[in-house]
Amino acid sequence: MKRREGSILNIILILLLLVGLALLPQVASRFSIYLTIQILLLSLLAMGFNLLFGYTGLLSFGHAAFYAIGAYAAGLILKEATPSLLLAVLVGTAVAALFSLVIGFFCVRHTKIYFSMLTLAFGMMVYSLIWKWRDVTGGDDGLIGIPRGTLSIPGLLQVNLHSMESYYYFVLIVCLLSTLFLHRLVHSSFGLILQGIRENAERVAFTGISVQHYRLLAFIISGAFAGLAGTLLPPLENTLAPAVAHWTKSAEPVLVSLLGGAQTFAGPIIGSILFLVIKESIVRHTEYWLIWFGAILLVLVLGFRGGIVGFLYENVLTRLRR
Amino acid sequence: MVETLIFQGLIGLSLAMYIWLVAAGLTLVFGVLGVLNFAHGSLYMLGAYLTETCTALLGGNFWLGLLLATIIVAVLGVGLECFFFRPMYRLPLAYQLLMTFAFVLIFDDLVKMVWGPVYRVPPTPKGLEGSLSILGRAFPVYNVFIIGLGPLVALLLWLILEKTSWGKMIRASASSREMASAIGINIKMLFTTVFAFGAWLAALGGGLSIPIRAVSPGMGTFIIIEAFVVVVIGGLGSLKGAFIGAVLIGLLEAYGTLFLPVFEMFFIFFLMAVVLIVQPGGLFGTQVSHEEA
Repeated sequence: MKRREGSILNIILILLLLVGLALLPQVASRFSIYLTIQILLLSLLAMGFNLLFGYTGLLSFGHAAFYAIGAYAAGLILKEATPSLLLAVLVGTAVAALFSLVIGFFCVRHTKIYFSMLTLAFGMMVYSLIWKWRDVTGGDDGLIGIPRGTLSIPGLLQVNLHSMESYYYFVLIVCLLSTLFLHRLVHSSFGLILQGIRENAERVAFTGISVQHYRLLAFIISGAFAGLAGTLLPPLENTLAPAVAHWTKSAEPVLVSLLGGAQTFAGPIIGSILFLVIKESIVRHTEYWLIWFGAILLVLVLGFRGGIVGFLYENVLTRLRR
Repeated sequence: MVETLIFQGLIGLSLAMYIWLVAAGLTLVFGVLGVLNFAHGSLYMLGAYLTETCTALLGGNFWLGLLLATIIVAVLGVGLECFFFRPMYRLPLAYQLLMTFAFVLIFDDLVKMVWGPVYRVPPTPKGLEGSLSILGRAFPVYNVFIIGLGPLVALLLWLILEKTSWGKMIRASASSREMASAIGINIKMLFTTVFAFGAWLAALGGGLSIPIRAVSPGMGTFIIIEAFVVVVIGGLGSLKGAFIGAVLIGLLEAYGTLFLPVFEMFFIFFLMAVVLIVQPGGLFGTQVSHEEA
């Protein structure tokens, strides 16, 4: 992948975006803040997913599992154990990472459609457990009345997150730190090896690198970020239902990554913004938004295969060259 | 106890036959076209809704309604293949899955728009009402009919693939697309007809399911996952595997609800994962080398 991140245009765009995100609660309605949090969560899930898909070349169709594991672990901690948000987020992410290790161990032996089918199978295993294991997860009623909790580090910090604005800032900081980390990761030698595996696994193996080892590591990091995104969900909604683990939820990160451009770092973020904004603007007019969204997807697949970010880069680049 | 086991087995078998009809089309389309079609379950759902509507339009004649509905879905399949699937064959897997997923969304909402979001249970077709007494329990006649029909369709498929020239073209194209094309087989035509035939089978499964299983908007996304499991267990592209896989899953579902109601669904996907890990090519599929998998 070409290095384009250094351009001045990019830096200006990113600064503008950051200022906009920081000032958002001052100008936006409560609903817009809520929508922005949803966009941030989906971006985080999709960025985690895309480390595996766009960078390593493995299409997971079961990432909702890790998202749901993070969400249920955090929800249960907040509801049953202690209303400490930081603890819920950390433990939830760790549990998701642990599951990624076990599930990834089996999945990374395969690639292509067999990898996708295997992740789908594991994803649905998690879904059926959440759906049927009523004693722990509440079954199809889900978990209700989950408190948002407080952000507290004993003797250091105590922040009340009751208002939507303060929770927004918490989610924003978590997402920015994660984005920074993932950006460094994909541009490190680790990230380059992953891309090498995507392009030609055999060649990478010949240089003495254990391909499966790297794939597994990518799987764990990918699942951990999906889990992290999940842990941020129950404090936002205060409820949790098994649908977050269903295979149709697993399709979302696939969709937004391709929508934005899976081979670009910003792709999943742009895709998430587009997906949720398009959804909101269609839902305002009709309850049958999926028809329109499906139609948009068709145009995308048949027309803009590099994703929106890829499309823009190509056009901007060719114009600059002239 | 033995009676319960046999009785539950019969229920499992009738369940298996719907899954088989859907899985047969899915695996056939994958074997020939190389596309794993998420929207195949939506064709099943359309078959069910259209059968109900056509039956009502034709004055309550279920069989004519079923015939008309499955033909409509097959024609729809021709359109889908020509306009949307044809440009997809050379694209990466992710785009193919995404496009078929787009159709899942479209058909789901379309069905809600046209027929409304409610559950419906249409009446059993004439001549197949009532129930038999099996081991002292009432077993619907319609289920017996379905259990008989499934193997009949399997036999028919086998005859078509082995004995007709169309079947020979299908087998040739499934084993090597380039070679089949080189010896003068019209691949475009073949793909379209195979897709339409798969759609017809899915619609047949959907239409036949309505007297027993309720007609509801979510039925497409539910059956497609069952069919995926069956096709993967049997081996992608293998019809024999799909049939045995369907019987296996049908029985597992029926006995699962009896013995392990909490973990029944879990075990089905567990089985799928185990088969994929141990033998990615499935029980009856072609052997897949590890580089390829």
